[in-house]
Amino acid sequence: MGMAAEPQFHVLAVDDSLFDRKLIERLLQKASCQVTTVDSGYKALEFLGLREGVESNDPDAVSTSPEIHQEVEVNLIITDYCMPGMTGYDLLKKVKESSAFKNMPVVIMSSENVPARISRCLEEGAEEFFLKPVRLADLNKLKPLMMKTKLKKQKLEEIEKTSKDENGTVAAVEPEVKILPLQSELEPKQVHLQVVQEEQTLSSNKRKSMEEGLSTDRSRPRFEGITTAV
Amino acid sequence: MDTLVAQLQRQFRDYTISLYHQGFLDDQFTELKKLQDECSPDFVAEVVSLFFEDCEKLIGNMARALDQTGNVDFNLVGSSVHQLKGSSSSVGAKRVKGLCITFKECCDSQNFEGCVRCLQQVDIEYKSLKAKLQDLFNLEQQIVQAGGRIPQVDI
Repeated sequence: MGMAAEPQFHVLAVDDSLFDRKLIERLLQKASCQVTTVDSGYKALEFLGLREGVESNDPDAVSTSPEIHQEVEVNLIITDYCMPGMTGYDLLKKVKESSAFKNMPVVIMSSENVPARISRCLEEGAEEFFLKPVRLADLNKLKPLMMKTKLKKQKLEEIEKTSKDENGTVAAVEPEVKILPLQSELEPKQVHLQVVQEEQTLSSNKRKSMEEGLSTDRSRPRFEGITTAV
Repeated sequence: MDTLVAQLQRQFRDYTISLYHQGFLDDQFTELKKLQDECSPDFVAEVVSLFFEDCEKLIGNMARALDQTGNVDFNLVGSSVHQLKGSSSSVGAKRVKGLCITFKECCDSQNFEGCVRCLQQVDIEYKSLKAKLQDLFNLEQQIVQAGGRIPQVDI
């Protein structure tokens, strides 16, 4: 395997639990990523430069303008779902609604396997949903995703520059950057919705055994279903 | 010819295997060991220690909530159990996690006696695991001090 320098990906990890932050930080470092951890959705938005108003009970909050995000290059946000105040889902929505970060990949983590929750997050634009405890193998799946986003961003910037040069206006072009794992990223999400509907008709016994099987059984129901269904 | 190092390594291996076989630890603990390296040589000890601090804090919260006779906030107890279940799952503390599942059911059904029983069991269990992991870490230290390498144990 070629030992060319691997691009440094910067991940913003959000979790209210100190224990979980320590774990995700180590996992990401082991996966060769640069990591910034914050303990709330608010702090995540602040870090990205997205917080417009100041929280009334937070005198230290800084109101920053969206342009500042240019200095902070984040390639992925990974966030816990269950957090007090702003949930991971709320954070996901805010990120996807922003013009600056709508293409930022967001991954949700949760200790609970709730199909309705999973599909809601995926529908809102989350790239992935990981069940805790998250493992190295899970994070390695994210590399192609971060790479794709990084390249796409570069390509977009390139195109904006050349089309500006040509006719003085910015062309609104969204190039398709094809990288091998692309198909496997898209398909699971779409098929997942189908699997989720199947899961919702499962008996409560099966759900209980899925719940109990979490520690030893690493099968992720949503993806296991795909290989047999397709 | 059984050197001190070889003896210690064997003890370490046997003890580790027994912890898995008796259900104290599961493969998530193995995953944590994979994350330990020269950059983070004390990672497992650090997270384990954080976990036990969490146990103490959460069990304290639950005990206080259950002490409010006649006015127990089962939601509060339930949310502490949920947190404990999460961290025990992430650290590979299999028995503690199992107890949390039962405990959560007692909270959901507002079963006071069940909750009190579960709390006692969780308290005993985490302390027992804490002692065993301490023994394991001590063995590691002894091996290193005797000039040996800590063996990779495949479960």
